[in-house]
Amino acid sequence: MKFLCVECDQQMAFGERQLPGDGTLAATFKCPTCGRVVAMLTNPMETQLVSSLGVEIGGRTVPAKPFEMVRANVVTGGGGPAWSDDAQERLSRIPSFVRGMVKKIYADYAKERGITEITPAIMDTARAELGLEGM
Amino acid sequence: MRTYHQLTNPDRSGLLDQILTQRQRVAERLAGVRRTVAVMSGKGGVGKSYVTAHLARALARDGSSVGVLDADLNGPTIPRLLETAHAAHRTSDEGVAPITGLDGVKCISMALLLEDGAPLAFKGPSAESFVWRGAMEASALREFLGDVNWGNLDTLLLDLPPGMQRYIELCDILGNPPPVLTVTIPTPESRDAVRRAMRAAVDRGSELLGIVENMVGQEFSGTAADDLSKEFDTPVLARIPWHPTPDTWSALGSRL
Repeated sequence: MKFLCVECDQQMAFGERQLPGDGTLAATFKCPTCGRVVAMLTNPMETQLVSSLGVEIGGRTVPAKPFEMVRANVVTGGGGPAWSDDAQERLSRIPSFVRGMVKKIYADYAKERGITEITPAIMDTARAELGLEGM
Repeated sequence: MRTYHQLTNPDRSGLLDQILTQRQRVAERLAGVRRTVAVMSGKGGVGKSYVTAHLARALARDGSSVGVLDADLNGPTIPRLLETAHAAHRTSDEGVAPITGLDGVKCISMALLLEDGAPLAFKGPSAESFVWRGAMEASALREFLGDVNWGNLDTLLLDLPPGMQRYIELCDILGNPPPVLTVTIPTPESRDAVRRAMRAAVDRGSELLGIVENMVGQEFSGTAADDLSKEFDTPVLARIPWHPTPDTWSALGSRL
């Protein structure tokens, strides 16, 4: 994959790769002539497709570890995303009679987006997106 | 506007090079394996894994060093057949150590990674997972081939699931189509399904080593093995009765 700065007719250089943790990926490319930077942003499905090939955008700096893809992607336990300590504490403050339902909503939200760990920030985002104010 | 090939600076991501490096890793890992054999059938339930496990044990009893790669990622049974079901594998920088089962047969299987009864599931977005799941399974197969430290083996048996998909992935990952041992049962239904698989194997360039007819006698009847043998000009290596003896498997091993 290459990026072209059409205005300068120059191939852009890879800058950096970021994995925000919400299943998406960001990679930046910079034009060596005009300095313009563009970011390639992939959605969770596109990110997963790249991940499933066992390759890395921006290139590999170290060889893959044994079973790297399997260990990173196969659900070996009960399944579902992990909960950070802060997220668990926040979850514990939800009344017990609805806690299970709320937990499932957050877990489903995370699973659909390829999020592996639920943090308070993820809970805030989910709450805003799903209209769950108060949960 | 210039196109991809007109941009002369290297592609920093080098995705194709990364894929080729993966293939090279598989080739280097299997350099110590004298013979790789894919055990396949177009039909489910004909006993591929059962034949694979007992053939592996017979070869091992006759003095060969043997490994089994359980390529049935969604329905792995080899660890149970080799009685390694509760073993755990060990990983180091050199690779993943295979588990040793009955008669010293080494094996690797998705069953060793999953909880008992848990289906194979991948982390990732659940919506439209069909887009990436196949690639994920192919990558798991590649890591089984490239990361397991088999050491020197006389024979590595690859136990494939029903259908052709895993066989095609295997050909792509190995670079060369592996020799194929075909398993059928006597029925016409099995013959018709297995025929398609054998045709696909021939089209891909695999050598047909022969046919094993399993579950011979009693309920099932037909001439599947003889029909396929004649059609593909490959021998019937064994007819396995419902209650085979160790000699049955040794005879198969000696003819393979």
